[in-house]
Amino acid sequence: MINISNLTSKRIKEYLAKGKRFDGRKLDEFREIKIECGISKKAEGSAEVQIGKTKVLVGVKMLVVEPYDDSPDKGNLMVTAEVTPMSHPKYELGPPKFLAIELGRLVDRGIRESGYIDFDKLCIKAGEKVWGVFIDVYSINDDGNLLDASFIGALAALKSAKMPVYDAKEEKINYDKKGTKPIPLTKNLPINFNVYKAGEVIFLDPSIEEETASEGKLTVGIIPEKPIRICSMQKGDTMEISPEKFGEMLDLIEKKHKTFIGEINNKIDKAIKELK
Amino acid sequence: MAYTKRSDGRKFEQAREIKAKVGVVPNADGSAMFSFGDTVAIAAVYGPHQLHPQHLQNPEKGILRCNYNMMSFSVSDRIRPGPSKRSTEISKITEWALNKSVMIDEFPNTVIDVHIMIPQADASTRCAGINAASMALAHAGIPMRDIATSVSIGKIDKTLVVDVDKAEEDYEGGEGPTDIALTFLNSIDEISHIQLDGKISTKELKEAVKLGREATKKIYEIQKKALKQAVEGSR
Repeated sequence: MINISNLTSKRIKEYLAKGKRFDGRKLDEFREIKIECGISKKAEGSAEVQIGKTKVLVGVKMLVVEPYDDSPDKGNLMVTAEVTPMSHPKYELGPPKFLAIELGRLVDRGIRESGYIDFDKLCIKAGEKVWGVFIDVYSINDDGNLLDASFIGALAALKSAKMPVYDAKEEKINYDKKGTKPIPLTKNLPINFNVYKAGEVIFLDPSIEEETASEGKLTVGIIPEKPIRICSMQKGDTMEISPEKFGEMLDLIEKKHKTFIGEINNKIDKAIKELK
Repeated sequence: MAYTKRSDGRKFEQAREIKAKVGVVPNADGSAMFSFGDTVAIAAVYGPHQLHPQHLQNPEKGILRCNYNMMSFSVSDRIRPGPSKRSTEISKITEWALNKSVMIDEFPNTVIDVHIMIPQADASTRCAGINAASMALAHAGIPMRDIATSVSIGKIDKTLVVDVDKAEEDYEGGEGPTDIALTFLNSIDEISHIQLDGKISTKELKEAVKLGREATKKIYEIQKKALKQAVEGSR
């Protein structure tokens, strides 16, 4: 974990209890979010997302793979995250630690459970060949909240992606031809919220110090229907939540989602437009 | 048919468009982005800091440790995440290429970590990586003897070219492709890294090295300019 002194942690909590933060933000306020698509031409879709000084790169690759036995006529999804030693001195080289695995899993669950990717349309030949969607996340600079940055990056990479051209005769992808078709997506565009808790205070978009000072987080994947539908959830870390506090967390998401999803979508669409 | 015209219309001694920028990873002590056309490298430097475990420490001098890796989506066929034989070798070669440029003797028991990532690849990634790493080391304020500058020289059929791209690397006509990755330490004018794949005569290879030296002189100016801009920008 990052070495911040107990004193800093204590002060952060005191501030939060008064509804204040070191950088002057409101408890439910995000730092500036920047999205750029097409950062890697070799990927089918890609994006760089910055939340304040936090930066991630996300790429989508499409490969022809064998389907899973329990879904012979559906495409599949694989999300991998690397929390790189480039992004913060606290991260070391070596096999993925829990943090990276959790990051990949939470992004995976948020996208998979929402039904945003239309897996039925990713079947090439039932039982034999389907499209595999590979989403890979790399942290470049961790200043807190890699989770939200990664999820937004995955959305932007998916939405900006073009399917590669499959040559049925040769039974392989022809990378010389440029794909034009988007990945089949549904209207169930999801968003993940990560609600952090420190003492009795709940807040969004933690800085790296706030992340460390917090007791944990609740990750909630939603689809913005009316009323919103919750598709995935996971409580992270040992924090305890009273049923009342849990209710408050859901209320916060319900209040925040309207403006937030609109803002994210606009930024993704703008980034895709700038691509052309 | 002889290779008389490059697929992207460049002159034989012309590198692709080069972009160089420092400060791309705010957490790092030093960082840089360097690109040859569609080949992009990001480098971040942490250190010098205490080396753990202790038995790896050298009480006489510090250690330079490089780690090069391509992102899984940086090429057409997805790469499995994590280190490979190729990336391990390039990491070491980068370390050797940069080692003499850094005055690590002054930092006993410490390590300087250099992390290099390739988000987008169109051949010559190790050269872009070394250039980014050298700039990141300078940006970190580490005492240096020199800046290292790297470039690939190709012999495509019978023609020598500067800065090989993927289309040239895969060229199938005539004598085929020969790819020579070269790194020079600029002010002492020495080769700190060379690798070659293909087939070439000694005479041609000598010419290739000369061509590489001329090319790296130009690239060195771009590296210096980006570093100077960062210093002036922070004033």
